[in-house]
Amino acid sequence: MYAFDVTRPKTVDEAVAALSQEDAQALGGGQTLIPTLKQRLASPSALVSLTGIEDMKGVCQDGDTLVIGGGTTHGTVASEGGAYPALAALASNIGDPAVRNRGTIGGSLANNDPSACYPSAALASNATIVTNSREIAADDYFQGLFTTALDEGEIITSVRFPIPQAANYQKFVQPASRFALVGVFVSKHADGVRVAVTGASEDGVFRWSDAEDALSGNFSPDAVDGLTASADGLMTDLHGDAEYRAHLIKVLTKRAVAACQ
Amino acid sequence: MTKATITVNGKPVTAEIEGRTLLVDFLREKAHKTGTHVGCDTSQCGACVVHVNGVAVKSCTMFAAEADGAEVTTIEGMAGADGSLSAIQAAFQEHHGLQCGFCTPGMIMSASALLKENPKPTEAEIRHYLEGNICRCTGYHNIVKAIMAASGQDVTSIAAE
Ligand SMILES: Cc1cc2nc3c(=O)[nH]c(=O)nc-3n(C[C@H](O)[C@H](O)[C@H](O)COP(=O)(O)OP(=O)(O)OC[C@H]3O[C@@H](n4cnc5c(N)ncnc54)[C@H](O)[C@@H]3O)c2cc1C
Ligand code: FES
Ligand code: FES
Repeated sequence: MYAFDVTRPKTVDEAVAALSQEDAQALGGGQTLIPTLKQRLASPSALVSLTGIEDMKGVCQDGDTLVIGGGTTHGTVASEGGAYPALAALASNIGDPAVRNRGTIGGSLANNDPSACYPSAALASNATIVTNSREIAADDYFQGLFTTALDEGEIITSVRFPIPQAANYQKFVQPASRFALVGVFVSKHADGVRVAVTGASEDGVFRWSDAEDALSGNFSPDAVDGLTASADGLMTDLHGDAEYRAHLIKVLTKRAVAACQ
Repeated sequence: MTKATITVNGKPVTAEIEGRTLLVDFLREKAHKTGTHVGCDTSQCGACVVHVNGVAVKSCTMFAAEADGAEVTTIEGMAGADGSLSAIQAAFQEHHGLQCGFCTPGMIMSASALLKENPKPTEAEIRHYLEGNICRCTGYHNIVKAIMAASGQDVTSIAAE
C-alpha cells in the first residue's frame, strides 16, 4: 500500500469536510477498499473512516419503508432487518461472518461491483439512496461497471427500501469469491413486479423487463417459461460464458418466484 | 506516524503506527502476539481472525488506526492464565481438529464467535459459519466435530477421526 493518513470523524458534516481535501476517499468497512489498496489500485492521500459515525448506523422501520444507515454492517442487516426478510437473508449470505461484521451497505452500493448482492436488492425494491446532499432513485443510481450517480466526496448516509408484498433473492454462489456468479432479486409491489439481475451483465446490475411484464400479469414461475434472457452483453469468464449466465438468469428467476409463493 | 493504544488480551499496548498499518501487523509486530497468522493477506482464508470488541474480524482487512481504543482478543487470549486450554482448544486437541495448525488460530476465533451467537449449532450451521476459514490439511471434518463437541453435543455417531 502507498502511504496515507486515516481520520475518524464522528459526524457526517466532519466527514464531508474531510473528504473535500484533494485525493481523500471514504473508508467504510474496508472489505473491498483495503484489498484494492494492497494491490496499489488506489492511492488516496487520506482515508476518511465512516465507522465512527453513529448516525449512519442501524436499521429502522418507517411505515412500509425499511431505512438502513449507510454505515450499517451486513451482519446487522441480517440480524435486524427482519421487517424485510428477503433483504435480511441476502445480507446473511454475503461473504462470510467476519466480512459481514465489517462490510457496509453504503460501501457495497458505492462500489457497485457487477457481482455484488445489494445492488440487485436496491434496484428490484426501487430503493432510494440517500446521501449527505440529495436522494437518488435506484433506477438513476446504477450507471454501469463500478459506476454510480455519486459525486466525488458524496456519502451514502442511508438507504430507504419500500417493503414489498413478497420478495426473494436467489444467489448462484461462485464458491471461490463467494460473490454471485449470477444473482436474481424478485420483488412484488402493489404497482407491479421488479426483477433485478446481478453477476451477469458487463454493465453491472440491470432489470429484466420481459420477466417483469410477464410476472406483473401472472406471478407464478410458469409465467417465465416462454421467455429467454438475452446473452448479449453478458459476461464471459472462466466460471461461465454468456449463454450459461443467460440460462441461470431464467432458472434463478423461476426459483425466486417459486420461493415467494 | 501517530500513536495508537489497543488493549490486547486485557493489556493495553501503545505503539507508533502509520495509516496503512494493518491490525494484524500491530498484533504481530507491536504487541508481539504472533499466534494470529497471515495466510493470504487478501481477506479470503481467515487465518487472521481476531475479536475486536467481541466481534470476529479479519485482522488483515482492518487498519490498526480503526482499532485505536478497542479491546482485541487473539488466540493467545483464549487459554486460561495458567495455560489451561479453553473448551474449544481442548476439543480441537481431543478430536484432531488440526494437522499443520496454520489455520487453527482463525478457526478457534471463528468457532468461539459462533458459539457465542449459537451455543448448539448443527453441523450445517458450523460449515456455513466457517465459509471464510480455509484449511488446507484436515478436510474440515474433525474441525466441525471438535466444535460440536465443544458445544457439549454428542459426536460419537460422527464417523472417522
Ligand atoms: C471474502 C469476501 C467475500 C465477499 N463476498 C461478497 C458477496 O457475496 N456479495 C457481495 O455483495 N459482496 C461481497 N463482498 C464485498 C463486501 O460486501 C464489501 O463489504 C462491500 O463490497 C464494500 O463495503 P465496505 O463497507 O467494506 O466498503 P469499503 O471497502 O470501505 O469501500 C468500498 C468503496 O465504497 C466507498 N464507500 C464506502 N462507504 C461509503 C459510503 N457510506 N458512502 C459513499 N462511499 C462509500 C469507498 O470509498 C470505496 O470506494 C465480499 C468481500 C470479501 C472480502
Ligand atoms: S490473512 Fe486475513 S483472511 Fe487470509
Ligand atoms: S491444519 Fe493445516 S491449514 Fe488447517
